[in-house]
Amino acid sequence: MAEPSQIDVGYVAKLARLNLSDEETSLFQKQLGDVLKYAEKLREVDVSHVEATAHAIPVFNIFREDQPGDCFTAEEALSNAPRKANNLFIVTKVVE
Amino acid sequence: MSPADLPGLNIADLQALLRRREVSPRDVLEALRARIEEIDPKIDAYLSLDFEAALKEAEKVDVNLPLGGVPIAIKDIINVAGQPCTCGSKILANYRAMYDATVIRKLRAAGAIPFGKTNMDEFAMGSSTENSSVKPTRNPWDLSRVPGGSSGGSAAAVAADAAFGALGTDTGGSIRQPAAVSGVVGVKPTYGRVSRFGVTAFASSLDQVGPLAKTVRDAGLIMGAIAGHDPLDSTSLNEPVPNYPASLNGDLAAGRVRVAAATGLRGVRLGLPKEYMIEGIDSQVKSAIDAAVQHFISLGAEVIDLTLPHTEYGIAVYYFLATAEASANLARFDGVRYGYRAENPRDILDHYGRTRGDGFGPEVKRRIILGTYVLSSGYYDAYYLRAQKVRELIRQDFATAFEKVDAIVSPTSPVPAFKLGERTADPLQMYLADIFTVPGNLAGICGISLPCGFAKIDPPEDGFAVANSVQLPIGLQLLGKALDEARIFQIARAYEQSTDWHKAKPSL
Repeated sequence: MAEPSQIDVGYVAKLARLNLSDEETSLFQKQLGDVLKYAEKLREVDVSHVEATAHAIPVFNIFREDQPGDCFTAEEALSNAPRKANNLFIVTKVVE
Repeated sequence: MSPADLPGLNIADLQALLRRREVSPRDVLEALRARIEEIDPKIDAYLSLDFEAALKEAEKVDVNLPLGGVPIAIKDIINVAGQPCTCGSKILANYRAMYDATVIRKLRAAGAIPFGKTNMDEFAMGSSTENSSVKPTRNPWDLSRVPGGSSGGSAAAVAADAAFGALGTDTGGSIRQPAAVSGVVGVKPTYGRVSRFGVTAFASSLDQVGPLAKTVRDAGLIMGAIAGHDPLDSTSLNEPVPNYPASLNGDLAAGRVRVAAATGLRGVRLGLPKEYMIEGIDSQVKSAIDAAVQHFISLGAEVIDLTLPHTEYGIAVYYFLATAEASANLARFDGVRYGYRAENPRDILDHYGRTRGDGFGPEVKRRIILGTYVLSSGYYDAYYLRAQKVRELIRQDFATAFEKVDAIVSPTSPVPAFKLGERTADPLQMYLADIFTVPGNLAGICGISLPCGFAKIDPPEDGFAVANSVQLPIGLQLLGKALDEARIFQIARAYEQSTDWHKAKPSL
């Protein structure tokens, strides 16, 4: 397992698209360092012959008929949008 | 009965009055509204109320339905059409639900009336309800203490007779732990027993909706209404749902052993895991559990010592898996389709970064960072995949144990309710509050917490504000194997009906 000190909170926050203040960055660096140090105990466990669990009670191949049904109107779907116009979401520009 | 006495009733007794037409659903709602207006300023259990909508439903409800005319409080992470659904977060402060979650649709079909949304830790992340972006909720037994969390609003409301029953969600203990420290009954159903459709996702492989109630029978009534297969949740299990309320009347012989509620537990085998009596457990909690075990023996149960060897890894596994899933689930909060959006973004990265940085509170940010880290390139195998493998070992521990016993007995929380602010600075200490509840979520099994005693806390020497010593509820956890809710209900009911702990009420 990697060393706990390797977590770089500032870098991970960029990956997560999450702005942090300088105070938050240094506080989380310390707090998450403690959590990762605590979690080092997982290293003790022999998992060499264990399959990973994805779900506690596995359920496979859930299908449904591909049929049209009721759904939200455009007005309903837009009702919580922070910015909208002409029945559309307004997004921040993503291309130059 | 005077209207002021109605909120003190449990659901079963309330229904008897409703069905004899001694009170109307409108009377019940008005009495509950008066109680909430009186008590909620002290405990802050609710985030929003809509009695106008509830009274309209009360006019046409059939009181002979399983929950006909019974108001049920709803944790603010479950969508109720037309009502706010803030998840306790600033990022959803102005959100209104467009549709009913499946559990709400089912509650309405059973005649229950949603009327208000309860406070919670933001996105269900926390064990004290202090992570709500709006306000902390206070424990009705001692207003200087937390009600547990994350379903702390639901637990406090039920404990203070400001709700007859409530829904919560439990990802690592968020129903059972607040139920325990607030002195009510709380149930975490088997993963897949109850639909998650319309419930804002925190950790999708762990989340379950369940009831909080004043008695085991009331919890069974609500469970009976909300359980069952839902085509809209592909993880929901297509398994028959037993008639929980009937089984709690002693009418139904469920499973291998017949348990006549309140008359005995002969033939029932209970397991006592040695790993659950750890250092750091409060001495009064330990005494209460020891006494409960003796009580089970006196009811005829056989108590067997057993081992769940991977218990100590539960919290570490949980915090890797739950945060990984949360970091993916919370990616949807991008300030485009709903929720808070930062003003005048410079470009798209500034839009995302400030929307999420301003919209989420500290605990949610910490968990998104940890979850993103354990899933990131180079760390996935060491953290996430290893945690999934240890999860499998924890699941196998329980499978082995349930070959020998019908249910596992433990404390729900290692400590009674702690003081507001006591653990906020140290996230790891807060996480350890869930040490006995988290393994049940990882294994996908069912569990219940019910009152089993009180811890006496002496007033501080200089505590002129506190006249007498306070009593803090202690919770007993019963864990059952997957889909075996009926059995843990019956065992819990037998304990409850032969003790008086559930009858105690906080003086507010």
